[in-house]
Amino acid sequence: MFFRTWQRLSSVVLGLVLAPAAMADWGLNMPQGITEVSQSIFELHMLIFWICVWIGVVVFGVMFYSIFKHRKSKGAVASKFHESLGLELLWTAVPTVILIAMAVPATTVLIQMYDTTNSDVDIKVTGHQWKWQYDYLGEDVGFFSNLTTTDDEIYNRTEKGENYLEEVDNHVVVPTGQKIRFLITSNDVIHAWWVPEIAVKKDAIPGYINESWALIPEGQEGIYRGKCAELCGVQHGFMPIVLEAVTADEYQVWLDDQRAGKVAEAAAAQGDFSYDELMVEGAAVYARSCAGCHGTEGQGMGSIFPALAGSSMALNDMAGHIDIVLNGKPGTAMQSFSAQLTDVEIAAVITFERNAWGNDTGETVTPKMIIDAKK
Amino acid sequence: MTTATASHDDHGDHSHHGPAKGIMRWVLTTNHKDIGTMYLWFSFIMLLTGGVMALIVRAELFQPGMQLIRPEFYNQMTTMHGLIMVFGAIMPAFVGLANWMVPLMIGAPDMALPRMNNWSFWILPFAFGMLLFTLFTEAGAPNFGWTFYAPLSTTYAPSSVTYFIFGVHMMGISSIMGAINIIVTILNLRAPGMTMMKMPLFVWTWFITAYLLVAVMPVLAGVVTMMLMDIHFGTAFFDAAGGGDPVLFQHVFWFFGHPEVYIMILPAFGIVSQIIPTFARKPLFGYASMVYATSSIAFLSFIVWAHHMFTVGLPLQAELFFMYATMLIAIPTGVKVFNWVSTMFRGSMTFETPMLFALAFVVLFTIGGFSGLMLSIAPADFQYHDTYFVVAHFHYVLVPGALFGIIAGVYYWLPKWTGHYYNESLGKFHFWMSFIGVNVTFFPMHFIGLAGMPRRIPDYALQFADFNAIATVGAFIFGFSQLIFLYLLIKTIRGGEKATDQVWEGAEGLEWTIPSPAPYHTFAEAPHVK
Repeated sequence: MFFRTWQRLSSVVLGLVLAPAAMADWGLNMPQGITEVSQSIFELHMLIFWICVWIGVVVFGVMFYSIFKHRKSKGAVASKFHESLGLELLWTAVPTVILIAMAVPATTVLIQMYDTTNSDVDIKVTGHQWKWQYDYLGEDVGFFSNLTTTDDEIYNRTEKGENYLEEVDNHVVVPTGQKIRFLITSNDVIHAWWVPEIAVKKDAIPGYINESWALIPEGQEGIYRGKCAELCGVQHGFMPIVLEAVTADEYQVWLDDQRAGKVAEAAAAQGDFSYDELMVEGAAVYARSCAGCHGTEGQGMGSIFPALAGSSMALNDMAGHIDIVLNGKPGTAMQSFSAQLTDVEIAAVITFERNAWGNDTGETVTPKMIIDAKK
Repeated sequence: MTTATASHDDHGDHSHHGPAKGIMRWVLTTNHKDIGTMYLWFSFIMLLTGGVMALIVRAELFQPGMQLIRPEFYNQMTTMHGLIMVFGAIMPAFVGLANWMVPLMIGAPDMALPRMNNWSFWILPFAFGMLLFTLFTEAGAPNFGWTFYAPLSTTYAPSSVTYFIFGVHMMGISSIMGAINIIVTILNLRAPGMTMMKMPLFVWTWFITAYLLVAVMPVLAGVVTMMLMDIHFGTAFFDAAGGGDPVLFQHVFWFFGHPEVYIMILPAFGIVSQIIPTFARKPLFGYASMVYATSSIAFLSFIVWAHHMFTVGLPLQAELFFMYATMLIAIPTGVKVFNWVSTMFRGSMTFETPMLFALAFVVLFTIGGFSGLMLSIAPADFQYHDTYFVVAHFHYVLVPGALFGIIAGVYYWLPKWTGHYYNESLGKFHFWMSFIGVNVTFFPMHFIGLAGMPRRIPDYALQFADFNAIATVGAFIFGFSQLIFLYLLIKTIRGGEKATDQVWEGAEGLEWTIPSPAPYHTFAEAPHVK
């Protein structure tokens, strides 16, 4: 391919200064990624980069030549020329040709990126403040994916883990060798779902379902990390994406496990739980799903996110408390948790909120009460 | 200034019209030089205010983990930094330079609408006072980014958003009045013989900029009014749940926002086009093509807005249109750069501080232009969008671009304003510290952006740590270097070597024919331009 040869030629010439290979090793450059599209994008990126470098060399070359040669201290006498129609036409025409040459491959890649037809797997991705929800369409599998980096790591009370801010509880698992279509939307503000290695970045917009796709070749199984790319509020920096590519067979096994897990969860909710069990579970759920807005000590945040410690709802209104956790409060950042958390988790966290930080109601909310409230 | 006025007898009756005494001189003034001075000092204060916010942001990003501030305050800082720098520092600084220099360059006695000029300025302190006071309210300052995308800025906004909307309206009124004043002045008050195609390029670029302002500030006013309606009056322009459209917000915002980008750079093109010929002692290469290139850029700025929205899910055809249109901007912009370089070629150059800033402008703005060209390639933009690569790009065009242009202009005209030469060594020291600081701050951002760091995050994954630390060091070097500038300005106003009328050996134009410092009233009788 012309561009590759050209790129290689440029690399050799400027390789001593800025070798692209070395740039990749030091994390200086865009990842080439693992899909055909991501690699095409990388090539476009390097092509336009080298075009810019070469234009820069020429323009800055002339400029610095003038700066060193045509300086008054060296006795340079200014000439008086101030226009040249030929020259001006030339430097209008040459960039035009370069741009057209650049637009052709860019258009080809863009058309390819927009072709979301004939997908094998459809995954609906929903952005929430501040987590991602994944639904595997037609598979009866769906879950939320929350950051697992702890506040202790973020606030420097313990050492940061290897995947600091890039780790979640539930990975979005996809098969290799199959075309995956992502249907991206949002439940509240605008987010953007971005995994650099597959070059998928698409805004998640309430009221819209955006489409994007990726085909991860067989042999590229592995874990690929991404992030929310659109400012979505306080915890924008804390809602990563972890994409796990597995073989098609492993993917089927994983789907079965997910479905079996759901059945087991429903059965567990029918069991009996002690106050102590619920408090332990509730504390963990609170830290993961609630503390981001309501504060680690239930103190709330600013005037937008109310405190739970000492709140009248947490102290007096159990039905209202269950209702707001299950259904959320429209028009505010308070989301519906009925699909995000299991019945056991909801019961546990409400029990926790009604007894932690001096709320001491002594009340226990059981999973069965949650099941009843959902009816 | 008073003595200079008295000693200058060219203008007969007007020579005794010195400035009024005390604070009321500044409150009531209709003098373009006084108002220009106030604009410039206001924008410098805003530059330092927005700069402190930037340093708070950079300090927090020095290391991974949250050390100094909380994420909610971080978002307020990034938002306020952007708003203050765009609307409080860069734009008023250009208006200040226009106030001072446009009448002097076209041989006009003052701006055409002097009372409106006073009002344009005095709105600003109140607008920014209101914006800044939200920092001390319980809800906190606006925290949704300077682009304030709905519904984060409507349904999910802190209550301070209403003050923000009111503030934006006031800034918009100020900008529109300022722009109208400049247009009217240029069209009506040119000295005999000063035809349009003889106007200095600074006047030309401001003329075109003023039209952009008149065209797009009402669009900004429209979009914030729609927000106000959504927040307080039950409409649903941007609320999907009510049948509205969050993407509409972005279309309207960027229809304002992209011309706005050129509003912040075209006058800097003009300044650099004044300075380079002066210090190359050679006429500007391709004057006419500079004018046409600026006009082309202004026209194109209206049809490229959606390149800020390549990832929102536009149809393929729209995506292609906006990609091609955006790439086209490289052509007139290239023409300008080639013309500046050709002006230097076979000149007789010296390197006083204004020239150093202008040369740095040409190189670093061009680097910002290169990354802009890269960003215009829509498929690649899917990887660049909303990363630090974009942060690097627009800071390269705005800091060593717009801001260096302004600083170059201040050094260039300072002897004319104050009657004193500034201290050249101190100026060069300021330049080199700023040049090093700006590159150490923003160059590494290209790398961390390409490596995958999103913008507007208060904390980041560990692989981005080294370059963030370097960028923070650069930011502090750059920030504190501006105190050298402040010291130099005060020193030059107070005294220094007496400046000649022409100030610079190679300077040409009407502003260099009047005494230094410029008398309080100039060109009461119009000069004749050959």
